[in-house]
Amino acid sequence: MKMLKTTLAVLTAAAALGATSFAQAGATLDAVKKKGFVQCGVSDGLPGFSVPDAKGNIVGIDADVCRAVAAAVFGDATKVKFSQLNAKERFTALQSGEVDVLSRNTTWTSSRDAGMGLVFAGVTYYDGIGFLVNKKLGVSSAKELDGATVCIQAGTTTELNVSDYFRANGLKYTPITFDTSDESAKSLESGRCDVLTSDKSQLYAQRSKLAAPTDYVVLPETISKEPLGPVVRKGDEEWFSIVKWTLFAMLNAEEAGLTSKNVEAEAKSGKNPDNARLLGADGEYGKDLKLPKDWVVQIVKQVGNYGEVFEKNLGKSTPLQIDRGLNALWNNGGIQYAPPVR
Amino acid sequence: MNAHVFKPDMPPPVKTVGVVAWMRANLFSSWVNTLLTFFAIYLVWLAVPPLLQWAFIDANWTGTTRADCTKEGACWVFVQQRFGQFMYGYYPSDLRWRVDLTVWLGVIGAAPLFIRRFPRKVAYGIGYLLVYPTVAYFLLHGGSFGLSQVPTSQWGGLMLTLVIATVGIAAALPLGILLALGRRSRMPVIKSVSVTFIEFWRGIPLITVLFMSSVMLPLFMPEGMSFDKLLRAMIFVILFESAYIAEVVRGGLQAIPKGQYEAASAMGLGYWRSMGLVILPQALKLVIPGIVNTFIALFKDTSLVIIIGLFDLLNSVRQATADPAWLGMATEGYVFAALVYWIFCFGMSRYSMHLERKLDTGHKR
Repeated sequence: MKMLKTTLAVLTAAAALGATSFAQAGATLDAVKKKGFVQCGVSDGLPGFSVPDAKGNIVGIDADVCRAVAAAVFGDATKVKFSQLNAKERFTALQSGEVDVLSRNTTWTSSRDAGMGLVFAGVTYYDGIGFLVNKKLGVSSAKELDGATVCIQAGTTTELNVSDYFRANGLKYTPITFDTSDESAKSLESGRCDVLTSDKSQLYAQRSKLAAPTDYVVLPETISKEPLGPVVRKGDEEWFSIVKWTLFAMLNAEEAGLTSKNVEAEAKSGKNPDNARLLGADGEYGKDLKLPKDWVVQIVKQVGNYGEVFEKNLGKSTPLQIDRGLNALWNNGGIQYAPPVR
Repeated sequence: MNAHVFKPDMPPPVKTVGVVAWMRANLFSSWVNTLLTFFAIYLVWLAVPPLLQWAFIDANWTGTTRADCTKEGACWVFVQQRFGQFMYGYYPSDLRWRVDLTVWLGVIGAAPLFIRRFPRKVAYGIGYLLVYPTVAYFLLHGGSFGLSQVPTSQWGGLMLTLVIATVGIAAALPLGILLALGRRSRMPVIKSVSVTFIEFWRGIPLITVLFMSSVMLPLFMPEGMSFDKLLRAMIFVILFESAYIAEVVRGGLQAIPKGQYEAASAMGLGYWRSMGLVILPQALKLVIPGIVNTFIALFKDTSLVIIIGLFDLLNSVRQATADPAWLGMATEGYVFAALVYWIFCFGMSRYSMHLERKLDTGHKR
């Protein structure tokens, strides 16, 4: 046992060395430019975030973040290749340099941000654990769930958060943990459990699987903070800034009312000074990031602003029908807020 | 003298022939059996009609989107729409002919081996085993002879399952035989190496090996050097399964009477010739069921590559069920995957039975 521990310690140390030794400023952007595409790590199938369509194209908000980075760097949103990673291998893939950016609904936590040789570039989606119940139950708040049988969709942190919440509120509950989302959805439908819990974004996907989705409702409580965002390797500030400001550019574009339809015309007219700076008509703000002058124009034209991407992948026109909620802009009731480009 | 004339045969008693008699003998021979029969019929009645109702009668067969699935039963439209992905993964659709061609070449190339009177079968077989994998590699992977390259990260679906399974079977069998011979060897080094190898690989679960190969291995490699995931998986599947094959073959070797070894030596045959001409043909014949059993297990074990993010048949299905446009189609997808796995495994099992019958010479008296 002791020997095993020593071996493990050596392995981890070696892994940590390997992970930190090679990240240096500028290396990633140069490598990306040299190979001609951005290698992007996405999930292996998560509705609305990254999932292949019938033709095998990866669609979803996480995938679109990568497309936006490609649009900023190359002026071409198609210059991106996707690696589909499962939850266990995602960090290794980034640490070992297999992918340049990891955009895989990964929760931003202190241990991941500080302890793994990684750094989070922003928040694409403010998620949190929530509850899905049948309307017939007559429950309007999670506080009324005393004695309920709770189906838990096994996640990396879900079980812990749920048990914390119920204990903190002095509620009794019977947990049933499921590995796959299909099993847990079926159990809710068959009445084996009163309430289904998972990340809210996934609850909406679960709901659309049910035979009568309108009979079910997601309760207003969010019992944990799960800010999801793109991750890059620590130590390469240049690449970190590019990913971070790509995200900010998408948010700023939405705030300024720039959409994929009007952005080109707006860039040419250059009437609004704020937009002129953002779109590269005035000043050289792309240059600081080592990006082309029209980087924001390319992002918005080819991928869309944040609101467009959200609506296309998660919003009311999709089967998921997720409200903007926390993910609305700061001036619209949400907390998505981007520093200005100037 | 009159020749004795036999009376014509009487027909058997009515009670011992026909359907009724068969049922009496097999289904209702005692009250316990009668009870069990009725219970079994009840179970079948519970399971089969709803299944048929779901899978065929109420099923939706035509359409292009989820909205076309208006009837209660299964929505096979989902499988239809995703069929290409289930079969080929992300292999570019305009290049899929290369996969088809590889499969056809393999089938046509192997056909002569199954014709009994084909001349020089052994030489042909060895040639086939050398040439075909090379051709298949260049066809599937491309990158030369004017074929554009398709990296293994785009391989998927049933094609990937078959690639891993066939490579695994083709390489694990010879390696396993060598290991079995090594374990029975009188030379201490060879013996201890074989024993250590076999016991090591048999002692750890395949899933942990795959997991280590994808999570730990990349960290030890220089940056930018990535060791192909599929290759990693195949190497570990081969090593793992060869240990199992070795133990099966060893069972066969132990079943051969000592007299056969002695007879081979008495004929003046050396080690390799006595093994190749006398011992192994008999031993392998004995263990066909065991070997095929291992192969079937291997075929199903390929689905474990899900853990390292390879998109084999099962993982392709799982992923397709996460498409927002097709949420809730998991049952149809998994039923389809099960059917495909069953067809292949059942095929292997039938072929092994055929082989056993064909090779069952000499022990019949």
